[in-house]
Amino acid sequence: MPKNSAPPDEPPLNPPPGPAALFAAFAKAGLMGFGGAQIWVRRAVVEERRWLTERDYAEVLGLGQVLPGPNVGNAAVMIGRRFAGLRGSFAATGGLYAGPLVVLMSLVLLWQEFADDARVAAFMHGLACAAAGMVIGTAFRMAGRLRPPPELVAIGLLATLAAALFRVPLPVIVLVLGPVSVAAVVWRGGRA
Amino acid sequence: MNPLALDIFLFFLKLSLLAVGGANAAVPEMHREVVEIRGWMSDATFSQGYALASAAPGPNVLFVAVIGWHVAGWQGLVASILGFIGPTFILAWGVAMLTQRLAGDARLAALRAGLVPVAVGLILATGLVTAAAAARGTGAEMAVAAAITLGSAIFVWRSSFSPIWTLAAGGVIGLFLLR
Repeated sequence: MPKNSAPPDEPPLNPPPGPAALFAAFAKAGLMGFGGAQIWVRRAVVEERRWLTERDYAEVLGLGQVLPGPNVGNAAVMIGRRFAGLRGSFAATGGLYAGPLVVLMSLVLLWQEFADDARVAAFMHGLACAAAGMVIGTAFRMAGRLRPPPELVAIGLLATLAAALFRVPLPVIVLVLGPVSVAAVVWRGGRA
Repeated sequence: MNPLALDIFLFFLKLSLLAVGGANAAVPEMHREVVEIRGWMSDATFSQGYALASAAPGPNVLFVAVIGWHVAGWQGLVASILGFIGPTFILAWGVAMLTQRLAGDARLAALRAGLVPVAVGLILATGLVTAAAAARGTGAEMAVAAAITLGSAIFVWRSSFSPIWTLAAGGVIGLFLLR
């Protein structure tokens, strides 16, 4: 299968973006990025702009997770490079961090003004619940579109259990389940 | 240049490549060094900054900017971001170059495909952990919190509308039913 082609049941991908379009997409994902910017980056590049297939994005994110640093930041570097080289990486990374940094520093400077406001706390509590649901829903959405075979579903759920229930450190999860998962992919004939 | 800014830069540079699993994985080490060893920030300021960075939109890694700013002003802010993001940027760039060069390699394809289930499983885990943390308060409030989370999960899973709607709805419901 050629690298950049969409699965037959998905509409074709859009042409590769330049640095300006990358900056705009990642800036929007960063500014909207409540509850984890990776959810919003995925929405931007897979569903809205159609630059990457679900599988391409999941693979980039998987690599980004193994590397040190924020996985969404690593994904921005890799996606930016893929479409527009070094300028693309800088554009995606700059977009991802610049907007949220302004928002965060404004919050830090203004916080004393509304730290004790119960309405702000209540709104943020409700928003945190919805953001958690958004992250759960995205995991289901990705799994549904990737249609993994049962053994890979089991490995994914094991990763979930290890991280959420047993609080196993992430490097351990990746080092133990990663090779098992790769072996399962090879056994199945090379594709996840 | 503020000498503290250089300290900040070197500290985050050292921490950067150790932060496998993202900034959240490095927060205990940041706390140990910034609060306990160097006394740059009080425990309360550190916790409040972390809560703000988690609640604000965007990558949680921007918490390092809050630390840098508290310790050495705007210079500290820039120093912390460059120190923490710089090395991971270069590494991710190098790995992207390598994977592009080996694009046809079957072993790399298997490696990339093999990391996908773990990546998706870890997203689900993140959602579950934050959902459990957000389900707090009285019994009725916990039920409301769980209902918001469930409704939001189904909305995002089954519809193609922007999640911003479910976030806004969650906030408004929280305004009336949570504290």
